[in-house]
Amino acid sequence: MLQARQLEVRRGPCAVLRGVDLDLRAGRVTGVLGANGAGKSTLLSALCGELPLAAGEVLLNGRVLADWPDQLRAQHLAVLPQHSTLNFAFRVEEVVGMGRLPYATGRQVDVEIVAAALTAVDSGHLLGRSYLQLSGGERQRVHLARVLAQLWPGGEGQVLLLDEPTSMLDPLHQHSILQAVRAFADQGGAVLVIVHDLNLAARYCDDLLLLHKGTVFSSGSPDQVLRAEPLHEVFGLDVLVQKHPERDHPLIIAR
Amino acid sequence: MLNTSYRLFVLLGTVLAVAIVLSLALGPVSISLQNLVMVLLRAVGFDVASTPALEQAQLIVSQIRLPRALLGLAVGAVLALSGVAMQGLFRNPLADPGLIGVSSGAALGAAVAIVGGAMLGGISEAWSPYILSICAFAGGLGVTALVYRLGRRDGQTHVATMLLAGIALAALAGAAIGLFTYLADDATLRTLTFWNLGSLNGASYARLWPLLLITFAVALWLPRRAKALNALLLGESEARHLGFAVEKLKRELVFCTALGVGAAVAAAGMIGFIGLVVPHVLRLAVGPDHRVLLPASALAGASLLLFADLAARLLLAPAELPIGIVTALIGAPFFLYLLLKSRF
Repeated sequence: MLQARQLEVRRGPCAVLRGVDLDLRAGRVTGVLGANGAGKSTLLSALCGELPLAAGEVLLNGRVLADWPDQLRAQHLAVLPQHSTLNFAFRVEEVVGMGRLPYATGRQVDVEIVAAALTAVDSGHLLGRSYLQLSGGERQRVHLARVLAQLWPGGEGQVLLLDEPTSMLDPLHQHSILQAVRAFADQGGAVLVIVHDLNLAARYCDDLLLLHKGTVFSSGSPDQVLRAEPLHEVFGLDVLVQKHPERDHPLIIAR
Repeated sequence: MLNTSYRLFVLLGTVLAVAIVLSLALGPVSISLQNLVMVLLRAVGFDVASTPALEQAQLIVSQIRLPRALLGLAVGAVLALSGVAMQGLFRNPLADPGLIGVSSGAALGAAVAIVGGAMLGGISEAWSPYILSICAFAGGLGVTALVYRLGRRDGQTHVATMLLAGIALAALAGAAIGLFTYLADDATLRTLTFWNLGSLNGASYARLWPLLLITFAVALWLPRRAKALNALLLGESEARHLGFAVEKLKRELVFCTALGVGAAVAAAGMIGFIGLVVPHVLRLAVGPDHRVLLPASALAGASLLLFADLAARLLLAPAELPIGIVTALIGAPFFLYLLLKSRF
């Protein structure tokens, strides 16, 4: 649904992203891995049209991204940035309700969707609280609820791009958030998620993209990508890869 | 939520109505409520028996106090609206319309008109207020356009660069005003100083119309962008991802503020703190949602300026304080209080 062909992004004279091909497909969660500065966030910005492309193109449902009318694009593509700078005392449901701004579905429907999206990220109890009084992790969940509400309930043709949605979350919520993302994909949407935790990636992603110095080092299923050699090459980290004793996905243990 | 905002609008509307009535009734010559009602009835077409007191009241209200009240209403409303727009643009609840250079530009324009006019041998009494207004308006618009240009790079407007450019240009304008002050003779200096303190004195319909039109346009236009302003508070990229044309929005916000503040300063001189304090207080009362905040700020700004003008007229009657002193006396301590309370 979201396709990128031969993406190149330049910052000054140097290319920070080169020759990246990517295909986000319906019902699948694609994880992006890579060391700090590998170009993960740059890739995400390029995919949503935030950064100008030096070469290549991004197609959303077969149509060049820049040709989409703003509001229609917002109904098909939602983006969660790494940091938020919101500095005003909105209530939680108002922040999540902003996800409904591209629509005119009416107050009643919006209120229901906001409540459902908050419940999906295990934050129903935050209803009525002031955003500024929330902790970092709670804010992150509220923003995830906002982008989920923007595409609610999710379906064929809709794409969600998430930049480190679990970076500030406790262990339980890292899982519950990625389960919510998984549930969104199961409705037919396509998801790209930047994660640092290799085991979370192994468990929740269908496809993985390993970035190294602005290029794709390896891509494929978690079994194909999460092997000791490429991980050593990219992260400089020695790991053991075993099978998860209960689930079939790879389990990565630092040596 | 909706009920709360209805109640708020009823309250703000009532306060504004009281402010208008008091502005029309009070002054060096007090007008009784009965006569004021008669004047208003007559104005809307009723046949009212004439008495000498009524005739006098009608003259005072229609020629002096009504234009003055309308001027205060428009200036207060447009300054408060511009404050909301700038705080949204800079995503900072402490932003002020002056940040984009419009006030300093207008002050420079006024200095050019006052001192330059005097040096050229004086402009005729009849024309000087108009030339002053036009120069102030042009100065405000010009400096803002320059600040906006300096903030643009690669087809994008960087608000942080705009902020710093605004500070730099305000300093430059300050230097130029200083130069004019140095060159001015005593009488001109006095005009310049008083203009910088702001006043609703000398309101006339001819100078009122442009401001009323601009205020009306800004008050109609900005609420149409309320949802986009809400999204902008999340961040520029976030607003773009929500489907808003952010560059266009920023241009509109700067343009509305430059027009609004430029016209307000041109008509009434420099009046500070309305644009900062009014949106701030209302945000504490109703939250940051611009769909409520914008119209509420317009109403409250108008009321606050009318009350400030009443204080300016009555405190030292028959002399009159410049209104800028009154708003600064109310605004500055209040601003400090908000800073120390630190919950925006």
